[in-house]
Amino acid sequence: MTSAQDPRGFRRDAGAAEPASGLVPGAAHAPDATPGALSAGDIELRLLMEAIYLRYSYDFRDYTGASQKRRVAYALGQLDLPSISALQERVLREPAMFARLLQYLTVPVSEMFRDPAYFLALRQQVVPHLHTYPSVTVWVAGCSTGEEVYSLAILLREEGLLERTRIYATDINPESLAQARQGIFPLDAVRRYTANYQRSGGKRAFSDYYTAAYDAARFDPTLCADVIFADHSLATDSVFAQTQLVSCRNVLIYFNRALQDRALGLFHESLSYRGFLGLGSKESIDFSNWSGHFDTLARAERIFRKAS
Amino acid sequence: MNADLQARMRAIELVAIGASAGGVDALLTLLDDLPARWRLPVVVVLHLPEGHESRLPALFADRTRVSVHEARDKLPIEPATLYFAPAGYHLSVERERCFSLSCEPPVLFSRPSIDVLMVSAADAYGPALAGLLLTGANEDGAEGMRQIGRAGGLTAVQDPDTAASPCMPRAALALRQPDIVRPLAGLREFLMDMDDANAQ
Repeated sequence: MTSAQDPRGFRRDAGAAEPASGLVPGAAHAPDATPGALSAGDIELRLLMEAIYLRYSYDFRDYTGASQKRRVAYALGQLDLPSISALQERVLREPAMFARLLQYLTVPVSEMFRDPAYFLALRQQVVPHLHTYPSVTVWVAGCSTGEEVYSLAILLREEGLLERTRIYATDINPESLAQARQGIFPLDAVRRYTANYQRSGGKRAFSDYYTAAYDAARFDPTLCADVIFADHSLATDSVFAQTQLVSCRNVLIYFNRALQDRALGLFHESLSYRGFLGLGSKESIDFSNWSGHFDTLARAERIFRKAS
Repeated sequence: MNADLQARMRAIELVAIGASAGGVDALLTLLDDLPARWRLPVVVVLHLPEGHESRLPALFADRTRVSVHEARDKLPIEPATLYFAPAGYHLSVERERCFSLSCEPPVLFSRPSIDVLMVSAADAYGPALAGLLLTGANEDGAEGMRQIGRAGGLTAVQDPDTAASPCMPRAALALRQPDIVRPLAGLREFLMDMDDANAQ
């Protein structure tokens, strides 16, 4: 599906009187613009995503519009470029510029044990099932800089499962993956995660898991002895392993409905019989094509189970 | 009321409201017992501490006859409905006339941010958006109100002298003169007039 071909509101005169930039969201609207009509900035944004896809095979075309627009506007300021078109020209010709832009297009905001109730529900309601498997495979989809991977590894160790669990931690951003592999996080952030860890049912002192040096906390590398960090796109790649648990939190909110359906389809295919799916606390499968294919295990904590 | 304002009120299809410190009481005054004939969708960002579920939908569901929901990701915006932003996420309005959530960093220490809601809604609705900014102790919402005005939408700010916390309405007034500056009772009247105009 190429959104650039979408004829919705595509008026020839819509962009004519607009400033070329369209940088500040909303500023590109002439006061008389018809709601739903595409501004010059909207067209530039679509063309940029099409160019990125054709040139680098990264598919951002079905990402949610408002957030993508904000991030590109922010990137223009940081990269000191006058317009999305100017950015597109540089991105097409300079892979290094694309690598820089990629850091702005993804949202590497994460924290350890974010939503402690989620991890508590995993401990209490999912772990007992995982114990029945001789070996366990977990997929953290959209792992960003790894905070959730380390959280899950800690949880699995405390529950006696880590030794027989392989975790696939995937993301589209190579810099985020590199950071995740390092397992080094800012110390002040880690101190904030301590309360989350305790509320998630943590059984030890959180500081047992890291070594503090200067302003950084380096997490115990043995936590990730069987973690495979890998480049994988929910928009363009296929399933690579059979898993018992998929954790994909606050990733689907950046996708439109079609791409959400694609991603949920991959999770469904990857999960073994009655496998578990964990989503972000405001994400849902209710409105997706897959709603009938999962049972709800913990509604508020957003943990689902593949229907039999 | 002048004919121009009347015409602009008729064009409104979504109302976005921002509030912070003192906002719960202000919203209770502004939106208390909306009449059964109420038609417009209304979306509210009230600054909330992260990690706590918003109790606003439950609080207002008991006090109004329109439907009250927490805004959910990709949920289509329906008429005669009052939506509240969830805590810990930015809330945006998409051009497809649905909501989206995001974990981008806080804006002016706030997530949800009023600016994020209003700027995205102005982009999606243009002149069909009305923005109201109420009491608050920071400057979130000022940029959003400016963008709504620039996109041709209607802007109304609580009279800072009547606000529990005047900083937020003052910041909006400093950035761009809104169409309307009134105390809460006057803003409520404005809302009712707008919905009536819209029904015609």
